[in-house]
Amino acid sequence: MTGVALRIETCGKTFADATRALEPVTLTIAPGETVVLLGPSGCGKTTLLRIIAGLETPDRGGRIVFNDKDVTHVPIERRNVGMVFQSYALFPNMNVAENIGYGLKIRSVNASERKKRIAELIALTGIEGLEHRRVDQLSGGQRQRVALARAVAVQPSVLLLDEPLTALDAALREKLRGELDRLLRALGITTIYVTHDQSEAMALGDRIVVMRKGAIAQVGTPRDIYFAPENRFVAEFVGAANIIEAVCEGGALVLPGGALPLANGTLDGPAFAMIRPEAIKLVAAGGARLHGRVDSVSFVGDRQRASVGGAAGKPILVDVPNTMAVSVGDKIGLSVEPGAIRLLPGDPT
Amino acid sequence: MTKRAFVQLCLLPLAVVVTAFFVIPMARLVLIGASGSQGIGAYAAILLEPRYRETLLNTIILAAATTVATLLVATISGLFLQRHRFPSRALLVAMLTLPLAFPGVVVGFLIILLAGRQGLIGEITSALFGTKEVFAYSIEGLFLGYLYFSIPRVILTIMAAAEKLDMSLEEAARALGAGPWAVHRDIILPALMPALIASGAIAFATAMGAFGTAFTLATDIDVLPMLIYTEFTLSANVATAAALSIGLGLVTWAILALARSYGGNAAAASG
Repeated sequence: MTGVALRIETCGKTFADATRALEPVTLTIAPGETVVLLGPSGCGKTTLLRIIAGLETPDRGGRIVFNDKDVTHVPIERRNVGMVFQSYALFPNMNVAENIGYGLKIRSVNASERKKRIAELIALTGIEGLEHRRVDQLSGGQRQRVALARAVAVQPSVLLLDEPLTALDAALREKLRGELDRLLRALGITTIYVTHDQSEAMALGDRIVVMRKGAIAQVGTPRDIYFAPENRFVAEFVGAANIIEAVCEGGALVLPGGALPLANGTLDGPAFAMIRPEAIKLVAAGGARLHGRVDSVSFVGDRQRASVGGAAGKPILVDVPNTMAVSVGDKIGLSVEPGAIRLLPGDPT
Repeated sequence: MTKRAFVQLCLLPLAVVVTAFFVIPMARLVLIGASGSQGIGAYAAILLEPRYRETLLNTIILAAATTVATLLVATISGLFLQRHRFPSRALLVAMLTLPLAFPGVVVGFLIILLAGRQGLIGEITSALFGTKEVFAYSIEGLFLGYLYFSIPRVILTIMAAAEKLDMSLEEAARALGAGPWAVHRDIILPALMPALIASGAIAFATAMGAFGTAFTLATDIDVLPMLIYTEFTLSANVATAAALSIGLGLVTWAILALARSYGGNAAAASG
C-alpha cells in the first residue's frame, strides 16, 4: 500500500453564524507521512481534519488535493478516507467483525474475501477472539483497536485520526501510542493525527503542525518544534520552557543575576529568550556568570525540578540530576550552552 | 419502621387505586362476559360467530395498516424536521401536532369534509370524471382518519429520538463509503428502532380502541369498539359486549407483547 500525497490549499472555514474556525491554511503532506495537528481546544485542528475528510467544505478558494486530484467537492463517501473518531463511533447494531467489514461490504467485496481481510485486520490489531463480541462488551482499548481496524480495512488513501487515544487512561494511552506508531509505519498510509497532547504528537509525528486560534503557529519535525520554536506560543505549549524578558548586549543576555553568553552574531536589543529547564546546569557559585538562589526543589523521580530566584526577572525552572544535593536557600551559579538559548520575537504570539 | 414497611406503606395508595379501578372492574367484566345465555361460550363466539370474527379481523387489519403507514410518514417527516432548519419549520411542527388536541369526532368530521358526500374529493372527481368519489364512510375513510390522529403522536417521539442520534456514527459510515440509503438502512433505522416500536405500539393500540372517529364515520364497516357499543346500548346484550371488550383487550395486549419482545431484541442489538 503506497501513500497518497495530500495538498491543502488556502482552506479556511467560516461557519454559518460567521464564526471563523479556521484561517486559510496551506500545507503539503508527503506520501506515507504522519502529520500531527497539535493545539489547544478550539484551535481549528478538528475543523481542518473534517475539511480533509470531506465532512466540511472549505470556504471559497480552498482546495483539497489527493495525488493531483482535486477532491474538494467529492463527498466523504467517495473520498476513500479512513477515519477514527474520539468516541470511536463503533456501530452498536453490529458485532466486531461486522464493524470491521462494513466498508468492505459497502464496496461489495464478496463474503469470503471479506472474511479473509477481517481476519488479517483482527490479527494486525491484536484483538483475536473478539470477532463476535458486541461493541458494548469491549474495553476502551479494544474499541480503539476495532475503530482503527475498521478505518484501515478499506485501504484508505488517507487515514484521519481525531484524538483517538484521548478517551483512554494514561498507561493504556502510552501502550497504544507505541502500537499505533508501529502500525502506521507498517501500513505506510498518509496519516493526519489530531491531538492536544504534545507527548503524543512528539512520539507519532514525522512532522507536527502546531495550531493556535485557527491558524498555523509552526510546522516542523518534533525536534524543530521542541528545540527551535518560532514564537512564544509554540515554546510554551510544547514542553516546559522558561521565557525570559531580557536585553542582548555585546553577545550576552544581560539579566539581574548576571549574564549568559549568546551564540555568535546575535544583535543587541531587547529580546525574549527561551531556555528549556533541562538545558540549564546548576554549578558552584564561584566562577559562574549567572547567580541565583534556590527557592524550591521538588523530587519527581527521574530528576529534580528546582525553581531559582534572583537570576532573572522571574523564577527560572531548572532540571537538576536526581542524585545532586540541592536545598532551598542554596546560593548557586547557572550555566547554559549558548546554543540552548533561543531568542523569540517580542510579540507574544 | 423498617424500610420494607415504609415502602409497603408508600405503595398502599397505588394498590387501592389499582384494585378499585382496575382489578375489580376487570374481574367483573370477565364474569359478565360469561353470564349471558351462552355462558362462557360468549368468548368463543368472538372467533366462531362470522360477524364478530370479521369485525375483529377488520379492526386488526385497519390498526396494523394505520401503524405501518403512520411509521412510514412520521419517520420520514420526523427525521426531516429534526435535521433541517427553515423559516416555517416551527409552524409546520405545530400544524402537524395540532390533531393531538382533536377528539375523534372532529377527526371524523374533517374526513367527511374531505371525502364525504359533499366532500372536496367528491367535487373534484365529479368535475373531472363525472363520477363522485366518496369513501369517508368506508375502511379507506377510517384509515385516513386514524392516520390523521396517529401521525402527531409518532412524529414527536421520532423527532425526540432523532435528536439523540450520534452524528459520529453516520459520519463513520459515510467515511467507509456508505451513501444516504445505506446510512439510513444500516445506521439510522437500527438506532431509531426502539422509538419506532414504542410509538408504533401506541399508534396500534390507539387505532384498535378508537371510538370517536369510528362512531362518526363507520356506517359501511364495523370495527370492534363500534360493535361493543351497539351490542351494549342498542341490543342491551351486556354479556356479549363484555366478552368483546375482554377480547379486544387481549388481542391488543398480545400483539403489543409480541412487538415488544421483538423490539426488545432489536433494541438490545442496537444497544
